[in-house]
Amino acid sequence: MRAALAAHRLRHPRRVFAVTLAAGVVALLVLATGASADLLTPPSGGSPQADSIDTLYKIILAVAAIVFFGVEGVLLYSLVKFRVRRDAVPAQIRGNTRLEIGWTIGAAVILVVLSVVTFVMLDDIRNPPNSDASGFPTQRIANAQDATAYQPRPPSGRALNIKVNGQRYIWRYTYPDNDDNILNNAFSYDEMVVPTRTTVTLDIEAQDVVHSWWIPELGGKADAVPGHTNYLWFKIPRPGVYRGQCAELCGRNHADMVARVRAVEPAEFARWMAEKKRDIQAANRLAQERRAELAESPGATQEASDTP
Amino acid sequence: MAATDTTVEIPEITAHSVEREPRGWLSWVTTTDHKRIGILYLVTTFAFFILGGVEALLMRVQLGAPDNTFLTPSTYNALFTLHGTTMIFLFVVPIMAGFGNYFLPLMIGARDMAFPKLNALSYWLLLAGGIVFYVSLFFHPPEAGWTSYAPLSSSAFAENAGMDAWIFLIHLTGISSLLGAINFYATIANMRAPGMGWGRLPLFVWTLLVYAVLLILALPVIAGAVTLLLADRHFGTGFFDQSQGGDPLLWQHLFWFFGHPEVYIMILPGFGIVSEVLPVFARKPIFGYKAIAAATVVIAFLGLLVWAHHMFATPSPTVVLVFFMISSFLIAIPTGVKIFNWVATLWRGTVEFKTPLIFAVGFISVFLIGGITGVFLAVFPVDWQLHDTYFVVAHLHYVLVGGSVFAIFAGIYYWFPKMSGRMLSERLGKWSFAFMYVGLNVTFLIQHSIGLDGMPRRIYEYPDVGNLALYNLISTIGSFMLALGVGLTVVNVVRSMKRGVVAGPDPWKGNTLEWFTPSPPPQNNFDVIPRVRSVEPMKDIRRQVARQSEAHVEVGAESR
Repeated sequence: MRAALAAHRLRHPRRVFAVTLAAGVVALLVLATGASADLLTPPSGGSPQADSIDTLYKIILAVAAIVFFGVEGVLLYSLVKFRVRRDAVPAQIRGNTRLEIGWTIGAAVILVVLSVVTFVMLDDIRNPPNSDASGFPTQRIANAQDATAYQPRPPSGRALNIKVNGQRYIWRYTYPDNDDNILNNAFSYDEMVVPTRTTVTLDIEAQDVVHSWWIPELGGKADAVPGHTNYLWFKIPRPGVYRGQCAELCGRNHADMVARVRAVEPAEFARWMAEKKRDIQAANRLAQERRAELAESPGATQEASDTP
Repeated sequence: MAATDTTVEIPEITAHSVEREPRGWLSWVTTTDHKRIGILYLVTTFAFFILGGVEALLMRVQLGAPDNTFLTPSTYNALFTLHGTTMIFLFVVPIMAGFGNYFLPLMIGARDMAFPKLNALSYWLLLAGGIVFYVSLFFHPPEAGWTSYAPLSSSAFAENAGMDAWIFLIHLTGISSLLGAINFYATIANMRAPGMGWGRLPLFVWTLLVYAVLLILALPVIAGAVTLLLADRHFGTGFFDQSQGGDPLLWQHLFWFFGHPEVYIMILPGFGIVSEVLPVFARKPIFGYKAIAAATVVIAFLGLLVWAHHMFATPSPTVVLVFFMISSFLIAIPTGVKIFNWVATLWRGTVEFKTPLIFAVGFISVFLIGGITGVFLAVFPVDWQLHDTYFVVAHLHYVLVGGSVFAIFAGIYYWFPKMSGRMLSERLGKWSFAFMYVGLNVTFLIQHSIGLDGMPRRIYEYPDVGNLALYNLISTIGSFMLALGVGLTVVNVVRSMKRGVVAGPDPWKGNTLEWFTPSPPPQNNFDVIPRVRSVEPMKDIRRQVARQSEAHVEVGAESR
């Protein structure tokens, strides 16, 4: 009796629809929050804005799930319920203005809500926070000449600024300091070393073709376009290594253009920087000595005049 | 006829060939008959579809296992360039023109297109474009992707002539489509049957009209862009070279100003096919004819204003990002309206599960996924994570395979009886659908996760990290199921050409005028063009025939 009642209840179209919808949403939310994070959500956890993007994505996913299961539910229901039968007569309905205006507004409302949510979260994603007090001591960074371009700057104006340069098929990172000769700045390839708890801003450029800088767990990607500077930031709470790769087709070895960000404690970062600077100074000294040797050696002038 | 009482003649199909159908290959090469040109289009584009599909399968084999060495990087890059270019410029866009060529005059009650010779030229230019492009296989196929972003497509980074073959393909197919579009527009504007006002135009014809207008608006832009690229490559100009004061982003803007309307060029006629098929097999008028026609126009208009959502990761001020997010959102509204209207068309109908309907319904259910993931990508902060990953690959294939291809297959199964005079096998058709539907979802649903797992598109190999190996293997298996499904339809078409059940003029009890001709229609289509009194002229005609035959039998005036 009870089963019959339940079956009867289930035969009611709205109930079937509601049950399908609820089951679908629940299943999706369980999956989304479950262990299989990469199955349904973007990578996150390395930097605050990656987490914000993840949250924004999950909100859209929830709305999308409702729309998806709603429409598919009604579609499936009408296919089963209104399949051709011997005595069935198709209703000759040509439209329903109220209904049509209704679902147009409904769709618009959903999108207005999504826009508002995006605007609310945008500030956290686009604009970096200050470094923590325990972070690496950074300097005030100047804005670029081009005032119309967007540049992320923390409220204090202080951040560790790194220049990222995409080249087929490697990334070069330059750490500008007070030395105006850029060749005297610390630099590295492939692996970028950064201090934790410190806001890092990136000025992203390309040397040859278009590349795209992307470390999934540190937030979104930024295209590196020749002749332009693109900007991005991140702030990593804990030491760790974050991997990514070029995300814009740049040629045959595009697949091998990998990037790595290694976050270390500020003190260790200071040591790393000092070592890099020492290496550069040592190399400069060595080069100077070699040049002096060459200048003193007989035939040097001869050699110099031979080369055009 | 006993002709004492009747004032109106009983409408009957009176068309017949005045001359014998010309035969032999020369008659195909020289034809200006819109139906023959239509068949040339359909066969050619389908051949390119198979080619593009084989290219896709090769790529899926390469990606079936991590660190695979089946293909070299340069072959892989050539393959995705060939695949994308073929599917877009040599399959989806022109196959819609193929259906349009065959059915547009029939549906509006015309005897041919407005400019039959121009029509033939359109086809031959398309074929020439395809040949010029594929000849590059013998020297050096292009490797810069179907988007050919500068500077990767410049002479400094793509010195071989494959890139130029691509440029010529764009030019030739572009002129072909442009001429075709003008022809469609002129035919629709001038050659409709008496009584067929804009409010009685079949929805497929509405979408062809908008398709034509979009082509006319978008194609000159890409033609200009590739001409600049050609000049950059060979004549020393620097439009896309920052070192000469040019800008690589200019290419991206020009390309996507064409590229996004192109998406709607590819999907709108598909919407039209679905809007024709659903009411016929639900035995119910389309729900909200005006809303669907209006939504088509609105989508086309908005489609011209969303191009930079392909460029969210380029250096852009926030206000630009916001503008293109909102405009992309807006386009979801008319698209949603269409989906709701289609579902409402099935509601309270009597749905007959014939293969065309199954493909049309399959279209709705998977196109919905493509539409929804489009909203994810429109939110630019989310796009920063998803852009240029497999999530986008999944999205665009749900739109173009789940959308356009399923609609095309619905069209093939719906109209094959008209074109050949024979029915396709329902059994094979349903198996074909089953494999394609499951194959599509197995291939592409998991690709969302591949993208979320951090795998960019257009890479020839990937390391064995996370679940990438498993996900990619699933996708590869799915792609072969999809291919098997397509293959079954090819077998079906070839077999049914000779052995299919004879269709007769109107096997589905259609609504539109193409069913008011024998199958296949004679050269002049109609001897007498009926007067159109509603959106469903064939329904009126059938009703009139029934009424008057009844009157004849009973010899009297039993009015309805």
